[in-house]
Amino acid sequence: MATEVQVRKEEAQELEGVERTRTRRVFIPKVDIYETGEAVILLADMPGVNEDSVDITLEKNILTIKGFVNREGEEGYGLAYNEYTVGDYERTFALSDEVDRNQIEAAMKDGVLKLTLPKAEMAKTRKIPVKAAS
Amino acid sequence: MFWQNYGRRYGSRPLWREMERLQREMNRLMDGVSRPSSRGFPALNVWANEQHALITAEIPGIDVDDLDISIVGDTLTLSGQRSLPQTDDDVQWHRHERWHDDFSRSLQLPFNIDADNVEATYEDGVLRVTLPRAEEDQPRQISVKSGGS
Repeated sequence: MATEVQVRKEEAQELEGVERTRTRRVFIPKVDIYETGEAVILLADMPGVNEDSVDITLEKNILTIKGFVNREGEEGYGLAYNEYTVGDYERTFALSDEVDRNQIEAAMKDGVLKLTLPKAEMAKTRKIPVKAAS
Repeated sequence: MFWQNYGRRYGSRPLWREMERLQREMNRLMDGVSRPSSRGFPALNVWANEQHALITAEIPGIDVDDLDISIVGDTLTLSGQRSLPQTDDDVQWHRHERWHDDFSRSLQLPFNIDADNVEATYEDGVLRVTLPRAEEDQPRQISVKSGGS
């Protein structure tokens, strides 16, 4: 059945010996990553996160995405049934040397983070025209 | 009788306790199977107070025009579409974890919905639908008169 798709949120593992300062659950955002000739595009689902509560850091070649959700309960309501838990998001990626680190762009819209990681000049695909031998 | 002997033979019966634990675990697993089969995308949370129900759903990155909310009696249906990101044809995909497809979910509430006063907001990828109880389904206070004078 098509409606049987399970879209579970996967919880992030806590690193050994490292404790979090917020006692919230942390989930791994689901991502799409695709590559065009010019850049690598990363889309991450982080519902409840807006442009002010997202935090992207790049240290050496480690790119870390963090999203914080500030709204947990609904005022004046009691929870009657639940299928998902609200929590923060965190995920880390290792970037290859191909990415031009100074040109990374990030945009947040409707709970989806879009990161544009432009390729360094060297790594851009170049089309080499093939001439027909005369 | 048997269990008494069993107990004597196996001391403080940790094995028996382990069996019970296993059984509980199995029951728990089986419960999971018989839950409503319509669980899917998007996941829903339902909040309630005396007059309203509030349904929240995490549906990041959709166009609100692609979302359809319909109400019939006590049933709410959310349907819509989450489409693939618009890309050129020659892109190379590395990861494809986000869910894209048509979706439709129905939820039956324990009361009739006042369909004219339903409100829905979509913010940061979270949909919130406030469903007021229909007038005829409102809880009624019944005053009790004393029978004396």
